[in-house]
Amino acid sequence: MSAQTRNTRVVHQSVPHDSGYKHVSGEAIYVDDIPEPRDLLYAYARLADRGRARITRLDVSAVKSAPGVAAVITPADLLTNDIGPVFSGDQIFADGEVQHFAQPLFAVAGESLDAARRAAKLAEVEYEDLEAILTCEEALAKESYVLPSKYFRRGDSAAALARAPNRISGRFHVGGQEHFYLEGHIGMAIPQEDGDMLVYSSTQHPSEVQHMVAKVLGMPDHAVVVETRRLGGGFGGKETQGAHIACIAALLARATGRPVKLRLDRDDDMLMTGKRHDFLIDYDIGFDDDGRIEGADLMLASRCGYAPDLSHSVNDRAMYHADNGYYLPNVTIASHRCKTHTVSNTAFRGFGGPQGVMAIEYVMDEIARKLGKDPLEVRKINFYGTTDRNITPYGMKVEDNILHKLVPQLARSADYAARREAVEAFNRKSRYLKKGIALTPVKFGISFTNKMLNQAGALVLVYQDGSVQLNHGGIEMGQGLHTKVAQVVADVFGIDLERVRITATNTGKVPNTSPTAASTGTDLNGYAAYNAASAIRRRMVKVVREHFQVAAERKIEFHDNAVWAGDERLGSFGEIAKLAYVNRVQLSEAGYYRTPKLEINEDGTGRPFYYFAYGAACAEVLIDTLTGEYRVLRTDILHDVGRSLNPAIDLGQIEGGFIQGMGWLTTEELWWDDKGRLRTHAPSTYKIPAIGDLPRDFRVQLYEPGRNRENSIHRSKAVGEPPLVLGSAVFFALKDAVARARGDGQCPRFDAPATPERVLMALQEPVAPPVVSAAASIEEPAE
Amino acid sequence: MRRSIRFLLGHEERELHDVDPTMTVLQYLRSEERKTGTKEGCAEGDCGACTVVIGEPDGERMRYRAVNACILFLPVLDGCQLITVEHLKREDGELHPVQRAMYELHASQCGFCTPGFVMSMLALYLNETSPSRDTICDALAGNLCRCTGYRPIIDAAQAMYDYDWQDPLRAREAETAARLTALRSEETLALVRGDRRYFAPQSVEALAELLAEYPRATLLAGGTDVGLWVTKLHQDLDTVVYLGAISELHTIVEGEAALEIGAGATYTEAFDALARHYPDFGELLRRLASTQIRNSGTIGGNIGNGSPIGDSMPVLIALGAELVLRSREGERRMPIEDYFIEYRKTALRPGEFIERIRVPYLAPEDQFRCYKISKRFDQDISAVCAAFKVRVEQGRVVDASIGFGGVAATPVRARATEAALKGQAWDEASIAKGEEALAAEFTPLTDMRASADYRRLVSTRLLRKFFVETVDLAEPTRVLAEEVV
Ligand SMILES: Cc1cc2nc3c(=O)[nH]c(=O)nc-3n(C[C@H](O)[C@H](O)[C@H](O)COP(=O)(O)OP(=O)(O)OC[C@H]3O[C@@H](n4cnc5c(N)ncnc54)[C@H](O)[C@@H]3O)c2cc1C
Ligand code: FES
Ligand code: FES
Repeated sequence: MSAQTRNTRVVHQSVPHDSGYKHVSGEAIYVDDIPEPRDLLYAYARLADRGRARITRLDVSAVKSAPGVAAVITPADLLTNDIGPVFSGDQIFADGEVQHFAQPLFAVAGESLDAARRAAKLAEVEYEDLEAILTCEEALAKESYVLPSKYFRRGDSAAALARAPNRISGRFHVGGQEHFYLEGHIGMAIPQEDGDMLVYSSTQHPSEVQHMVAKVLGMPDHAVVVETRRLGGGFGGKETQGAHIACIAALLARATGRPVKLRLDRDDDMLMTGKRHDFLIDYDIGFDDDGRIEGADLMLASRCGYAPDLSHSVNDRAMYHADNGYYLPNVTIASHRCKTHTVSNTAFRGFGGPQGVMAIEYVMDEIARKLGKDPLEVRKINFYGTTDRNITPYGMKVEDNILHKLVPQLARSADYAARREAVEAFNRKSRYLKKGIALTPVKFGISFTNKMLNQAGALVLVYQDGSVQLNHGGIEMGQGLHTKVAQVVADVFGIDLERVRITATNTGKVPNTSPTAASTGTDLNGYAAYNAASAIRRRMVKVVREHFQVAAERKIEFHDNAVWAGDERLGSFGEIAKLAYVNRVQLSEAGYYRTPKLEINEDGTGRPFYYFAYGAACAEVLIDTLTGEYRVLRTDILHDVGRSLNPAIDLGQIEGGFIQGMGWLTTEELWWDDKGRLRTHAPSTYKIPAIGDLPRDFRVQLYEPGRNRENSIHRSKAVGEPPLVLGSAVFFALKDAVARARGDGQCPRFDAPATPERVLMALQEPVAPPVVSAAASIEEPAE
Repeated sequence: MRRSIRFLLGHEERELHDVDPTMTVLQYLRSEERKTGTKEGCAEGDCGACTVVIGEPDGERMRYRAVNACILFLPVLDGCQLITVEHLKREDGELHPVQRAMYELHASQCGFCTPGFVMSMLALYLNETSPSRDTICDALAGNLCRCTGYRPIIDAAQAMYDYDWQDPLRAREAETAARLTALRSEETLALVRGDRRYFAPQSVEALAELLAEYPRATLLAGGTDVGLWVTKLHQDLDTVVYLGAISELHTIVEGEAALEIGAGATYTEAFDALARHYPDFGELLRRLASTQIRNSGTIGGNIGNGSPIGDSMPVLIALGAELVLRSREGERRMPIEDYFIEYRKTALRPGEFIERIRVPYLAPEDQFRCYKISKRFDQDISAVCAAFKVRVEQGRVVDASIGFGGVAATPVRARATEAALKGQAWDEASIAKGEEALAAEFTPLTDMRASADYRRLVSTRLLRKFFVETVDLAEPTRVLAEEVV
């Protein structure tokens, strides 16, 4: 690994993932790999085989007496059934009424998983079906909401719409998404003395798991320790959902006094846990002849499922991103949080943001089609300005806009204009196969929109031999967080990265942590660790000055694993650590950080974001007009990560995020039958991108000169979520191909995901004629 | 009869008596051996996290193939070598080139998929010396990664050949092959565990005898369907008879008029012959499941399972294949389409098994194409699968056979559509009639893979596509073809 020299710093380097070696050798330990404690029991949750229904009978006596069963818990055994993270409503078990198909009814702990599963089948359950609301359309009609609707209003959109020379309106649907982390949910609870509980959990939010477990056990938080070394993927799916699994394990551990492990198999995981919210979007847009938006009404209705979970913030973020990079002078954004009898939807990379972006990008595309323009021109003309036209619908001034530089740069490097013509030329020649191309941007707000979460703690311990142990509140789920934070700490001390040992996240080391989410992991924990390490370093400097009598004007520096006064090497880092110890100076520190500048009003306006991250993608696709099958031929991405802490890791986030976003909008289709049963609950039916779906020609660049104008850790920018949105380029390229193949340049309602079926059907369906307001058409007759 | 299985775990010999016959190799590794490098991501063969490599002797050499441990029953290892991710690194800590390339090129993020990729890549490393990008993608199509977006993994699969390395598996292969040959025995393996029984006969005769004794036994070939009955549906199988140890069933014979495929031949074993004689079938096989599944799964099992969405049946129907069934009573034959009676009900009688499949060769005048429609190109089950064969003489269709999957309760022959085409000119007008007949011939269902409307529409479009591909060779019609880019 790169040594820390004065010239080569360990930050801004492409050092490998801290667990990379263990990943490839199979030695990395995930929760299910922890050597099992003696007497371990295996838990199994029996899921309801009905959609919404009254439970008229639940008799588990046969389960209890089945061979190999140690305990059964039902709602009747619970202190509380509520595990709603913010608002109440999310439940451990269906209590009296099944809220959604596959909601857990009760759980069994057995000597083996097989014993538990077999026993669970013996329960006698009787139901009486109740009327269920399954879709956003039904929920809107019945005004069935989990939380009150919310609005952003700026200017007078109704008047602007009435005035505008051109007007379009329509509706489309953006599907949900299953996280499909490769490691399913798992929790292992081990009873401790005094009734305490140690929980290993595959969670992005150990503090919440701690709190929930304590709550369901009726214990104070201090009686529960949650530890997580790494996740086999999270993507938001383990932000709140892990608590459900951990609570069941802990309750059974409490009931038996024995360790209990609950690992969901893939089907149960996909059936039981929440997903990305699908959105129904209505738009009504007025614009001038260049495509510049004058008035916009957007209605965003999302399927939250039976309970709120994080739907409040997810929908807020959708509203905060319904402008994407565009100035909407007169705008109304309405957000409805639909209650449906489906699983309670949750966080998923982007957290509503991508759905909001899809709303306005769809609008951009439609405006261009109505005007017969290049969608990129329409996008550009609507970009936020740098000095004016730079206030978002929620009142925040966009101070760091770079889209007007970044997008043209990508258009050039991707050769957008020439390729657009080549696409047309190809289509003229080719009868059945047709191409399409699109270039879409993203502007993504960084910070939790729940202000209190924008804080973090870290614990840095320097030992007498100069080795360092690092702990912070963030979770390593593949994103390279631990590597980046270790780089930050190694950089402060001027030591090799190997000298910094990253340890499992543990609620006993750093308390009251925020979830590792909203892309903020490095910004928050990196800074907290920086603050901790810097405090120790300052103390070491003081010791050194006194001990070596270094004059105040001479700078003390830490590099090359040593401490220096100018060119004079005062000692190795270890020697100086020892010196500090001998002088009775504290070598540990709990660091803390809170994001500055955030201000959020009651109505959601203000400055919810510290800064924005930007990017753009250009995708070219080929469709088969006979079957609707398609392939992505090429993708170019230019993405802004500020001054990258680790370019290789950032590149991985961008590529992986893009492919995940592409999957969301293309092949990943969640399909429920008319009884509300999810029928795509395993990889055999739910299709995330496979290796062959990677664009043949894939060119990804970090935006230079990236530098965060805000004082983020080493001027880097968050990178977890924003690139996911770039998958939209593929969706709009498909839409473009459809419109071109039809010959009329138009595309009928085009829902996401754009499966081959949707593509083929869009080629058949008629397009509604453009809606132009009467007033406008009187003044300006159609050309 | 033998009551124990013997195999090599890496280079260590294991002998296990009367194991639970339907315990999977993955369960065995993780819970019995406490080797947790091999992961479970789905327990249905679809994600590749559980990929291991199995070695079998082939004379002095070893044949290595990647398989899914999550659906592989433990006794199937009898006489084989099992390699897991734990066996790759050298004792001094030096990583295998596959691992090193993955590590150095940042090809792991959360790392949960990584051991599976490493093992698929190990099989590739052992079997190929400079694979093309397409070969790499085919080898890894059965491994899902949710984090990386795959680009660095492809890079690693290319770079892994650049390291200097004497592969210990290859270096020891003669020794390994000899050890395994010594472990193997002619005797039928017979395991008994409670009320579960498992037999692995080694000849067709022994199989026929066993099935006469246990007519209701579950036949197990590659287990890529049967395995899921256990891991997903949690069924108990009391008597299992494994066909994989019968070498006669693996044979592929290029006869006078037909290719004869042993029912126990895996897709991988049959691929070369099938792709050579029926080129488009090769294209379809490449997209049938994944390398791991094709390394285990058999055509006999595909037919035996009789699923309406199995891919080989429509093709074999169009090709006019005939099944040879055998039991102690003797042999009988039938056209493949007659084998499927109704949803998951076949003509197989108790005590009987499919011995081989006879696939007539294409005549030079025959036009033959097959198509698979799915949401994702690789490792997906068909929404519709279609295969067309026509013979056109002097501009007229003298013969047509059309097989479909995904449009009815069984794989079916589109007889009405064939009739509409036969005797007609091979032109636009007839195709339009053919499309009409086809649209009326089936009443497909709506499910998670596709709507009935799409299935119907795309079926007719495939007929049109077939027509275009036979008359206008210059017109590009396939999005996967390289030429179109
Ligand atoms: C991840 C995954 C992807 C898949 N993708 C595809 C796909 O794309 N297309 C597709 O068509 N299928 C697919 N399958 C299904 C499966 O791989 C095939 O059906 C395969 O051909 C089954 O063969 P097998 O040898 O594994 O059969 P087994 O599972 O061993 O047996 C299947 C059935 O056939 C019976 N049987 C086996 N051999 C005989 C015989 N000689 N005589 C009589 N009966 C017999 C068995 O008793 C059983 O009923 C997939 C499966 C998985 C797990
Ligand atoms: S665990 Fe997914 S393929 Fe085996
Ligand atoms: S690295 Fe996480 S699934 Fe591949």
